[in-house]
Amino acid sequence: MRHAVAPAEHVENSCFSVTGLLKICSHCEPLVKKDLGVRIPRPLGNGPSRFIPEKEILQVSKVDARTQSIFEDAFAALGRLENISLVMGFHPQYLESFLRTQHYLLQMDGPLSLHYRHYIGIMAAARHQCSYLVNLHVNDFLQVGGDLKWLNGLDQAPQKLQQLGEINKILAHRPWLLTKEHIERLLKAEEHSWSLAELIHAVVLLTHYHSLASFTFGCGIMPEIHCDGGHTFRPPSVSQYCVCDIANGNGHINHHEDLLGNQEVCGEVEVLMERMKQLQECDEEEASQEEMATRFEREKTESMLVVTAEDEESFPSRDISRHFEDPSYGYKDFSRRGEHVPTFRVQDYSWEDHGFSLVNRLYPDVGQMLDEKFQMAYNLTYNTMATHKDVDTSMLRRAIWNYIHCMFGIRYDDYDYGEINQLLDRSFKIYIKTMVCSPEKTTKRMYESFWRQFQHSEKVHVNMLLMEARMQAELLYALRAITRYMT
Amino acid sequence: MSQSNARGGRWFFIKNVEKMSRVTTALSSNAITGRTMFCHLDASANAISVCRDASQVVVAGRNIFKIYALEEEQFVEKLNLRVGRKPSLNFSCADVMWHQMEENLLATAATNGAVVTWNLGKPSRNKQDQLFTEHKRTVNKVCFHPTEVYMLLSGSQDGFMKCFDLRKKESVSTFSGQSESVRDVQFSMKDYFTFAASFENGNVQLWDIRRPDRYERMFTAHTGPVFCCDWHPDDRGWLATGGRDKMVKVWDMTTNRAKEIYCVQTIASVARVKWRPERKYHLATCSMMVDHNIYVWDIRRPFIPFATFEEHKDVTTGIVWRHQHDPHFLLSGSKDSTLYQHMFKDATRPVDKANPEGLCFGLLGDLAFAAKESLISSDPSRKPYPGGDRRYPIFFFKKPDPTEQFAHVSSALSVFETDLASNRMDWFVKTAQLYLLCGKPFAELCDHNAKVAHELKRPQVSTTWTMLRIMFSDPANLTASGQNLNLSKLGTLPLMNSFNMKESGAGMGPESRLERSKGESRQDNSHLEPGNLHISNNNEENEETEGSEGQAEYMFGDAELDDDDLYSMEHDNPTEELEYTLPQEAFPLRHEIMDNPAAPEHLQQDKSDSPHVSGNEAEVTCLTPIESFSLISISQPLFSPSLRPASSAP
Repeated sequence: MRHAVAPAEHVENSCFSVTGLLKICSHCEPLVKKDLGVRIPRPLGNGPSRFIPEKEILQVSKVDARTQSIFEDAFAALGRLENISLVMGFHPQYLESFLRTQHYLLQMDGPLSLHYRHYIGIMAAARHQCSYLVNLHVNDFLQVGGDLKWLNGLDQAPQKLQQLGEINKILAHRPWLLTKEHIERLLKAEEHSWSLAELIHAVVLLTHYHSLASFTFGCGIMPEIHCDGGHTFRPPSVSQYCVCDIANGNGHINHHEDLLGNQEVCGEVEVLMERMKQLQECDEEEASQEEMATRFEREKTESMLVVTAEDEESFPSRDISRHFEDPSYGYKDFSRRGEHVPTFRVQDYSWEDHGFSLVNRLYPDVGQMLDEKFQMAYNLTYNTMATHKDVDTSMLRRAIWNYIHCMFGIRYDDYDYGEINQLLDRSFKIYIKTMVCSPEKTTKRMYESFWRQFQHSEKVHVNMLLMEARMQAELLYALRAITRYMT
Repeated sequence: MSQSNARGGRWFFIKNVEKMSRVTTALSSNAITGRTMFCHLDASANAISVCRDASQVVVAGRNIFKIYALEEEQFVEKLNLRVGRKPSLNFSCADVMWHQMEENLLATAATNGAVVTWNLGKPSRNKQDQLFTEHKRTVNKVCFHPTEVYMLLSGSQDGFMKCFDLRKKESVSTFSGQSESVRDVQFSMKDYFTFAASFENGNVQLWDIRRPDRYERMFTAHTGPVFCCDWHPDDRGWLATGGRDKMVKVWDMTTNRAKEIYCVQTIASVARVKWRPERKYHLATCSMMVDHNIYVWDIRRPFIPFATFEEHKDVTTGIVWRHQHDPHFLLSGSKDSTLYQHMFKDATRPVDKANPEGLCFGLLGDLAFAAKESLISSDPSRKPYPGGDRRYPIFFFKKPDPTEQFAHVSSALSVFETDLASNRMDWFVKTAQLYLLCGKPFAELCDHNAKVAHELKRPQVSTTWTMLRIMFSDPANLTASGQNLNLSKLGTLPLMNSFNMKESGAGMGPESRLERSKGESRQDNSHLEPGNLHISNNNEENEETEGSEGQAEYMFGDAELDDDDLYSMEHDNPTEELEYTLPQEAFPLRHEIMDNPAAPEHLQQDKSDSPHVSGNEAEVTCLTPIESFSLISISQPLFSPSLRPASSAP
């Protein structure tokens, strides 16, 4: 299948169209009828995302030169253009930074061997039951010579990787519980020991894939055509419409819903902008310090109680739980119990001052790349909100970023957490919470129910923010534990 | 804005005249005394500052704000400024500064964005004086004007710097860096109106306090954040900056463009930098990550710290010289919740432990050797480096205080060129042509090859061949030369036997004893050899029990030879390409690095930039003498006749 996706001439031919590839199904019927004996797979879905109508996603052949070259580079490096990249293509600047980092983490010089890297990616993605990423990396893992046996479960993998299971679990769900003892156990395990540099590499990979799993679910990324669940060999049945015919672009039903929605939330954007303006202007009425602390605590506690999801719509295509241990360990478990999340003061351990130096010391260049990526995600703006132009969105972006860190107990002394309540409404909070804490439960309904008037590209933008904020939060806890171990 | 600015300008002047006289407090007759000492704090410190007469120090952090008196033998807690049942975030200090003229006045920068001043003269328990909450983000730095009582400057994460007149309720001017967070602000010690600000994006800006609309100049000092800057206390144009890129740079600001005049590469990000009083070229640095030590550098010798203080167990967060005219006392606060006074005489001197000799091979087999001058100076043929010591004026050494001098650092550098003849690779080609690897009995092959190697002046290799013959060919097989045995087989089988000998312990049964005796005496071996069956049996057994070791034995043999080569003194030619086999690593080797088109540029650059020393003159040009190297000389060869000295002195 890979060959079908990635013949060399496509690279040269700059106007290759992924959508063209995905639309094989429209040609498949005649081919099947000819009965050549070749089974031709058809994509199951339409477009790279289940949430975003295909016609909204940038057509590869129509993007600007810069995005085009980014796509080409990605294609040349991997021999494929992942759906994730296609969706991120809304934000080429970020995509470039993202791909560069990911490429470096997976392919370039680093302390871990290639198959270890992919396996760690699988472990991390499996923690969130992200079959999309798992399948992708299972292929890669095998391609770089990974042992098929390891895929039977974590207990078949080397002891060294098994030990990583513990921090994989903690980082994914309760990073604040990570202590230097965890680190010590990994570093001092006789022949199964990790070196510090390897551990940093592994930690960066784990956090990268945890947060990428969030993005994948948050944007409803469709399985790749060559992966499980991405295609079917069943010819389209005559009695049904071809799937693409029904839902290509805004289906009829969707469209109807949109209209209704718009009427309901008419002016949502305007209200939000008004609030931002007010916050900007009337910041003089100072809240007391106690009040500020209370606001943070309240936001933190409330974030715990935000009900994530009605347990619906799950799509397990591969038995993923075997890639990690203790599948019952999740975010939900403790949030219902109301566990207290200790406060982490970002002024005492920040990415810029501390985390960066540690990463860059042990895994040169990656610190720099992550730094650029975080900054890119945090600072990216087009000064637009829905249809409005020239809007300063920094306040909104900061609120989103800090809200995610708040869920992880990370507090900024210089932020008034009251702003979050003003700017993020409940449905948005539910979406954030679900996506960050139990991404596998994200549903299309959630995706549609927040920020209804906003464009899809803006929702993808939000997803990027969420992803990076989550990654940084996890990294901060992991790196702090490592720093504590070292001192 | 302009109105307030003009107003500000006026009071600066008025104050300036009357205060100038009070500033210069040279170290008075009652010189400071003390010893290296420390005290435990209740919490980790973020910053420290010392009062003008060097008698007290203030320590500030998230959960601490205290004043300690510096007494002869100990620190004594004087005052806890953190009062109230539930102290607010205004007490959570990122920075603190004690006014250098007004001894009751302190300012702190709070992590929540507040700038607070404290008046120790207040009768109440709470000494808080003014509270400015104009910054939207954490304030990273506060700085009093060195000569102006009421002028305070702050730099914040929100990208703004604000100047406060402490007699007013609000800031008098705001400076916008037009960029990310401000990490440090420092008034110039000499230029009344100038201050420097360093930024998270790597820039440094110079401002005139009267012109809030635009910076005077800006330059990029570091890649990544510039965490700190410090004006030279005496030299008006010098600004030291420290960054996350692990560098300390000294800039000359007197020229039109800021010029980097010194650069020190440290091993961790530089969190603070402070010029050492009374020592023009010295500055102290500390890091906020990984490295807990405080270093004092002589910027003219950037490769090794002049002195190191190693007391702290966690990162050092604040350093300050105790008195502005005394270079012997350094105070430091740390995340490990201690406050230290370091005596300079107690500092570690890394140079004492540094290896005074250096040896390095060039790409083409040339050898450079640097050593203390005294070791080599006896050599009569050494030619002194032109210029030599004369570069240093006599008065440079006017104060030969042993504690203040860098260890004597004159080194002599010798460069040895490889003999052109031995440099050639002819022997390699000839070896390839003349060696015989099959077609004859093993022993003859060995003899032949030993002879070839010997003729090519490679006695080591020649001996190796001879040894191979002795060890692995048995006379029995020699006689039966008709048998067409190939070399590899001959090589493998006996090797296994011999290995087996070593491995099997005594009392393992008749067979192993037999093997043992073989090992002890070759003669016996030949007698026993007719029992050929034995051997093959042995081999089979061997393969069954230790099967997979077969390959490793070759390695074993090779590795031994390697060691000989490496340590042998008769090793005559450094360029010899010996058949090295890497010793077994204690840990798995890295995966192979994939050749990838998207490799980051600088990696490739590194490659091309790597010092490439070759040819006759190259050595000399590469080794531009550093100031501290007083001599560079070219002397006679030290070791081997096949190395002859470079043609001439530079």
